[in-house]
Amino acid sequence: MTASTAATASDSAPDVRELLDAHLDMVAIRRFEEEIQRLFLTGLVPGTTHLCNGQEAVPVGLNLAIRPEDMVAGVYRGHGHLLARGCGEFELAAEMLGREAGICGGRAGSLNVTDMSHNYIGSFAIIGGSVGAATGLAMALKGTGRVAVAAFGDGAANQAYFFECLNFAKVYDLPLLFSCENNLYMEYTPTDQVSAGPGICARAEALGVPAGTVDGMDVRAVKQAAVAAVERARSGEGPQLIEHLTYRFVGHSRTDPATYRRPGELEKWQERDPLKVSREALLGEFSVAAEEIDEAEAAVERRIADAFERAQGSPEPVPTTTEGGGQR
Amino acid sequence: MIEFREAIIEALADELARDEDVVLYGQDVADAGGVFKSTVGLQERFGAERVIDTPISELAMTGAAFGSALAGKRPVMEIMFGDFMALAMDSLINQAAKWPYLTNGQVTVPLTVRTAVGAGGRFGPIHSQNPGTWMQGVSGLKVVCPSTSADAHGMLVAAIRDQDPVVFLEHKRLYATKGEAPSGEPVPLGTARVVREGRDVTVVTVMKGVADALAAAEELAGEGIEVEVVDLRSLRPLDLPTVIASVEKTTRLVCVEEGPATGGWAAGLAGQVAAEALYALDDLWVITSPDTPTPFAPSLEDAWLPGSETIADVLRQRLAAA
Repeated sequence: MTASTAATASDSAPDVRELLDAHLDMVAIRRFEEEIQRLFLTGLVPGTTHLCNGQEAVPVGLNLAIRPEDMVAGVYRGHGHLLARGCGEFELAAEMLGREAGICGGRAGSLNVTDMSHNYIGSFAIIGGSVGAATGLAMALKGTGRVAVAAFGDGAANQAYFFECLNFAKVYDLPLLFSCENNLYMEYTPTDQVSAGPGICARAEALGVPAGTVDGMDVRAVKQAAVAAVERARSGEGPQLIEHLTYRFVGHSRTDPATYRRPGELEKWQERDPLKVSREALLGEFSVAAEEIDEAEAAVERRIADAFERAQGSPEPVPTTTEGGGQR
Repeated sequence: MIEFREAIIEALADELARDEDVVLYGQDVADAGGVFKSTVGLQERFGAERVIDTPISELAMTGAAFGSALAGKRPVMEIMFGDFMALAMDSLINQAAKWPYLTNGQVTVPLTVRTAVGAGGRFGPIHSQNPGTWMQGVSGLKVVCPSTSADAHGMLVAAIRDQDPVVFLEHKRLYATKGEAPSGEPVPLGTARVVREGRDVTVVTVMKGVADALAAAEELAGEGIEVEVVDLRSLRPLDLPTVIASVEKTTRLVCVEEGPATGGWAAGLAGQVAAEALYALDDLWVITSPDTPTPFAPSLEDAWLPGSETIADVLRQRLAAA
């Protein structure tokens, strides 16, 4: 995605440049998700989608802490991770629309979209799958100085994959970051209603894997925590878990109006909208002019709109090309 | 002559030596040399970084095999008993088999899962199944099942070098059998082999069934019935042309499967041959186990297995009626 920022005197310092870029990357993800939802409602996005509105700070912050050669396994709520890793907006939009130019040629769709060229090995549509696959990445990357990231949600913390892989990763001291996005709901059910014990971090700590909770609505906090964990993993000190406290502003999937939310909960979390948190820091802490941010945001919006317009104009795959790579 | 078990060890050793990306892991495979002693001495030769004992965690093991294959390794994993494949199937079916297709060719998934399968060992219902039939219908997987020492070596080498995920089935009652030494060359996956020629009827089977069919053929030869025996060697891909060529000669096909008929590979093969080559067929049937789990008691299990006597009896009666 790599948002290009207009260089001005005020943003020449590395911190403000990085935060402005991160802010614009989060804006791009939000606009991308909004456009997917809009096109879904007009019937142009087939099947189902799982949007990450509200959770943008996690993938963007995480990617400030890892390198392009590191490898990430994500989940079906994966658009944010793909864009943060650098997947082309047009290629991703075209995939959502089931077009030949899609990053997976229309074979995967939103649920399974993968971009190996950016070392994003997949959006795992079965909860916990990303944890197992990332454990394998970490086995292969051990000793190379590269690290693997298992991105997963709170729901995965009740899967056998989670417990088995925490043990596996610790036993072999794998260079693996368990990155949990706890958005409080496993699909429609409050996670705490179906989870025993004091929480996700405690489960990791029980197996000797260091764990900590981070404000998942603050991109700088996400980055800071991830930098420390990734450095540990890179230097051979083994796995770590970070629980990002976050919230999705939309339903679980396309058809979910999210009527199960507790009263006032959405509004409370929207006050901590990651886009708002970063914008306020830019305006206040770094004294960036509002007009400068507005202009840059408008440019991002035009870019996303353009990607979707081109994707809509691109051809569908024809059945004679049904076979994909490796298909027998 | 070489034991089937020894051929497996040699194939693993050959590939570990040939390609440093090959890693081998499973429960008790390193220090202990495997529950079926099919990995003896490999950790000593290739080190603890490449021959690895794992916890009893089939989900993590299989997920990790998939992930490490995507990151450039060529993992060979052992699932101790085929029945335990039920725990490994999410990664195999929903990941390994699908990724080359759903990524539109962005990845290959060169992993091999070895597992000990089959009945006749008095292991009862949940240590005796052939999970090959569970996976035969999964596009993107290869499912192979050698019957001889030479094929065990050649097909395991081919499986490890293959760019697709391969499930490699080792029948428990074959480990101690002896056969001709391997050529050292890989045996192409998805190729059946005519192991005995005959003009009257074609018997297609796999693994332990091949020896049983050959014994039945020998017995019937004394009665003037010439049985052609085809070792399918691979449940997926399925070598239909070799089977049809045999049926065109004999006009009769019987598929012999250790396992129930419903949803089994034998019934599926019979159906495909009928669909493709009805013109060549005078008769077509299957010999399978009853539609029950595998029993424990020796008297019950022996009756459950389609052994050489059963094959000979059924062929004799069916051909007499023809």
